[in-house]
Amino acid sequence: MISVFQQHWQELLTGLGNTILCSVIALFFSLVIGSTFAIFEVLPSKFLRIIGRIYIEVFRNIPLLVIGMFFYVVVPQYVLPMDGFTAGTIGLTLYTSSFIAETVRAGIQAVDSGQMEGARANGLSFMQAMWHIVLPQAFKYVIPPLGNQFINLVKNSSVLAFVAGFDLMYQGDMIASATFDTFNTYIAVGVLYLIITLPLSYYMRYLEKKLA
Amino acid sequence: MSIIEFKKVEKYYGKFHALKNINLQVEKGEVVVVIGPSGSGKSTLIRTINGLEEIEEGQLLVNGYDLADKKTDLNQIRKDVGMVFQHFNLYDNKTVLENIMLAPKLVLKRNEKENKETALKLLESVGVSDKTASYPKQLSGGQKQRVAIARSLAMKPKALLFDEPTSALDPEMIDDVLNVMKEIAKEGMTMVVVTHEMGFAREVADRVVFMDKGEILEDAHADEFFEAPKEERAKQFLSKIIKH
Repeated sequence: MISVFQQHWQELLTGLGNTILCSVIALFFSLVIGSTFAIFEVLPSKFLRIIGRIYIEVFRNIPLLVIGMFFYVVVPQYVLPMDGFTAGTIGLTLYTSSFIAETVRAGIQAVDSGQMEGARANGLSFMQAMWHIVLPQAFKYVIPPLGNQFINLVKNSSVLAFVAGFDLMYQGDMIASATFDTFNTYIAVGVLYLIITLPLSYYMRYLEKKLA
Repeated sequence: MSIIEFKKVEKYYGKFHALKNINLQVEKGEVVVVIGPSGSGKSTLIRTINGLEEIEEGQLLVNGYDLADKKTDLNQIRKDVGMVFQHFNLYDNKTVLENIMLAPKLVLKRNEKENKETALKLLESVGVSDKTASYPKQLSGGQKQRVAIARSLAMKPKALLFDEPTSALDPEMIDDVLNVMKEIAKEGMTMVVVTHEMGFAREVADRVVFMDKGEILEDAHADEFFEAPKEERAKQFLSKIIKH
């Protein structure tokens, strides 16, 4: 395993960098998009609730690989040219955002309805009440499941390998097929994934304890 | 001039007729106490006044705005009409001081310095000035409710609604809250209070409204009502409540 690191550190480092970059971008946008659709689902407007529902059901129930391939193959052909990294990151963002939306919605619904009512009676608009009162409490409730989503996201970023995203998995595949040393290569790749996911996992636990 | 006026208001929950032909006026500076058995529509009545419940028919004018009109901006009404809830509904993620300062900051755009001064003054007047940095879960029920009252007052409302403000409190906390409410009444605040505290009603209320099954059965001066209620149902209710 050490020899794989010694001989291929450049490719592995590139892969690690791309995986982290993709994960950070997808994490940020899936959190924003997911929270937005979670709010859609609890809005008084029936129309927006349905829009939210459709979005979530579509992206939650199609395999990530299909979404990624769609952006890698179909979208560049008819709409907008993009490379594998971009296509994979967009696919991962949309896919993860649907799960985050479900998680955040559950959090919003776990907040006592008196919080929203008190805020509205106090003169705050729905969005002000959501932003200042309900969401901060909702996120506190859902830190553990959200942590799971984040870890899944990092692991799912390996889908980039299928769309030539030059991520960790992709580089691993390249090294393995060039050297035939599959055993050591995939162990090295696994270790590098752990280097990202373990600190993330412990950070989420720390956050959970700190905010409890 | 009436600050709150119900004209032939009807309210339904599905098929359940929650408010029946409500006609009621509250004048500026008046304290009106609403009493009645549970399920009589008292809470529903008071919650329609700031639009927490919609009405299906009739007219409800609050500070000149018509709540039956869909175009009415409810936030405009809620700026002027504060509400105190049975379960306090303080913001659990904010300190006592932040609870009071949030709405004036966001809604009235009151500047930080004035906002804080007002908040501290209010906390002192309700006797919770030593708890500014505490979170709601660190307070007793009585303290929570007094903070909630201060939060409503910080918006400088024209009227205050109280929905069973002492029903969730331990007996020894009730007086603290009622005393604060008496002070506010003395200062001339328009108040509509749903309560089971007959002593408070007797002492503070200008008028008592008795409700049963969604209807207002009696609307009388407090003295007259407690001396000799006209309605049979009100007599029964009073005899049951005051016996203990």
